[in-house]
Amino acid sequence: MTAPTLPGRTRRGTELTLLVFATTLATVGYAAVGIAKTGTLPSGTLGYGLGLGALYGLAHLAVRRFAPYADPLILPCVALLNGLGIVLVRRLDLAAADSARQAGKLAPRADAPLQLMWTTIGVGLFVAVLVVIRDHTRLSRYAYTAAATGLVLLLLPAVPGVGATINGARLWIRVGPITLQPSELAKILLMVFFASFLVSKRDVLSLASRRVWGLDLPRARDLGPVLLAWAASIAVLVRENDLGSSLLFFGIFVVMLYIATERTSWLLIGLGLFAGSSFVAYRLFGHVRSRVDTWLDPFADPSGQGYQLVQGLFGMGTGGIFGTGLGEGAPNTVPFAKTDFILAAIGEELGLVGVMAVLMLFALIVERGLRTALTCRDSFGKLLAGGLSFALALQVFVIVGGVTGLIPLTGVTLPWLSYGGSSVVSNYVLIALLLRISDAARRPAPAPVSPAAARATLQDAQTTVVRR
Amino acid sequence: MGSALVVAVVKYGLLALLWVFILLAVRTIRTDLWGRAAKPALPTAPTAQTAPPVRAGKPAKPLKPTKGKGVARKLVVTEGALQGTTVTLAAAPVTLGRAHDSTLVLTDDYASNKHARLVPTADGWTLEDLGSTNGTYLGGSKVSRPTAVPLGTAIRIGKTVMELRP
Repeated sequence: MTAPTLPGRTRRGTELTLLVFATTLATVGYAAVGIAKTGTLPSGTLGYGLGLGALYGLAHLAVRRFAPYADPLILPCVALLNGLGIVLVRRLDLAAADSARQAGKLAPRADAPLQLMWTTIGVGLFVAVLVVIRDHTRLSRYAYTAAATGLVLLLLPAVPGVGATINGARLWIRVGPITLQPSELAKILLMVFFASFLVSKRDVLSLASRRVWGLDLPRARDLGPVLLAWAASIAVLVRENDLGSSLLFFGIFVVMLYIATERTSWLLIGLGLFAGSSFVAYRLFGHVRSRVDTWLDPFADPSGQGYQLVQGLFGMGTGGIFGTGLGEGAPNTVPFAKTDFILAAIGEELGLVGVMAVLMLFALIVERGLRTALTCRDSFGKLLAGGLSFALALQVFVIVGGVTGLIPLTGVTLPWLSYGGSSVVSNYVLIALLLRISDAARRPAPAPVSPAAARATLQDAQTTVVRR
Repeated sequence: MGSALVVAVVKYGLLALLWVFILLAVRTIRTDLWGRAAKPALPTAPTAQTAPPVRAGKPAKPLKPTKGKGVARKLVVTEGALQGTTVTLAAAPVTLGRAHDSTLVLTDDYASNKHARLVPTADGWTLEDLGSTNGTYLGGSKVSRPTAVPLGTAIRIGKTVMELRP
């Protein structure tokens, strides 16, 4: 498959071992659900394991072939999270079918096969990104194309006829029988634009500043881009009723500005704008106010506004340290347990130990991403890798914080675990980009033509030798 | 109840396996940073191989009791816009400059397009200035002809400072 002698350590063997382990773990989880439900090994266990194994085998071969020096940890962690996610969605499918049977109704649509299909599409796109984008720096040439496409995708749900309102948020588009959330993909495209834009403007943004009280404040005219991003995120909030995406976009932009310029003032300006707009949004919009009130006291209205949060908290409380075991709890009592509240299901059935493990997996992915940003040799790659990893971290923080009651709840997905096609697919694209950058960052300096040629270069070192 | 036992075994087994996976992953990070413990030492660098690990970013002095000796394996940027960047050294020359085909592309206003070059020799690496505008400095003195680079000595180009590490 690969060239037999690649210089340096590629660590692809480690990746393969961990991938096999991850697939096995997901299969054990699948079996555990069946054993708890019926007492026997479910018939689909082997099929699930082999199917998942084939998918990740394909992803691994693509990495081996097209990004041989890529980070060996990121893909296995993603594989484990995704495999567990499918298990949990299936477990909630079974619970929904049970309760429908008891009520004498027809079983609702099973989501686990759909999630598996989305995973397949996601892995397909993952491979496609690795094949098509051979050099991440080329992406910066399409910065403005990416920005335009991203903005169109972001605004598409607001267009009448195309957009659809689901659960009060207008962030969906309907294409035939399926609904998509284009903001997920728009997020990645806009990050490509931010990275490219900031690399070309970083000197202006970081050098031209005044010192006020020991803080480097940027010039008023350089505030333009951050104000624009802020306005755009507010527009999304108002037009599409989507708190989560709006928060993510703004946070990502501010942090990328901070990474590019190394100026703390950008963080403070960002926090200030965020605080101001939050206060105004709290005053103006009823749905923001109800979220905040529910967060402050979920038990004020435990069967109404606070129902979801309270059920989630009770679920995690029931789970305790070790959880009830997969298939033994009742996580389906929480509304939207498959999407926003999947962490509550994990907390109930796998307990604190399981939740911590899942958070560790996310932490590992983010750590590897930030390390990629640190060791990358070009500024665009640094900034893009930093932005992508931070986006992942922020998204996990926003939803985990929301479900556990640390911050007001905003509906974003828990990457790879939550049920949702757009989220799974676009997060695979994100990971493919991260692996592409890490391949470039970890690749040793280009090898010489031959040792003899290298020696010849040395002997002629005094005269000009331009190696191309 | 046999089945209750099975369920309990599956429950705790799954959690244990989850954490075994994480421990394996963390071990991979460790070997990624310091190399495997039982790796055969290269003849010239026995001290570097057995030396206790140091956190990245701190000065690498415990790594080399014999200052400046040992085989350089990477070029680490310690100051400037690219701080933290690491270039793994192979047997090929490393070009430094703002040109996009440089091995290390410097984003530094004081660097020339083709600023300097590091060339491997039989006993270490040699630094050579490629006619840059602002000059290349090795440990405080300007490089005017190809000069041998000891480990851990600062190479300064504009605002960027880097050094060779084992």
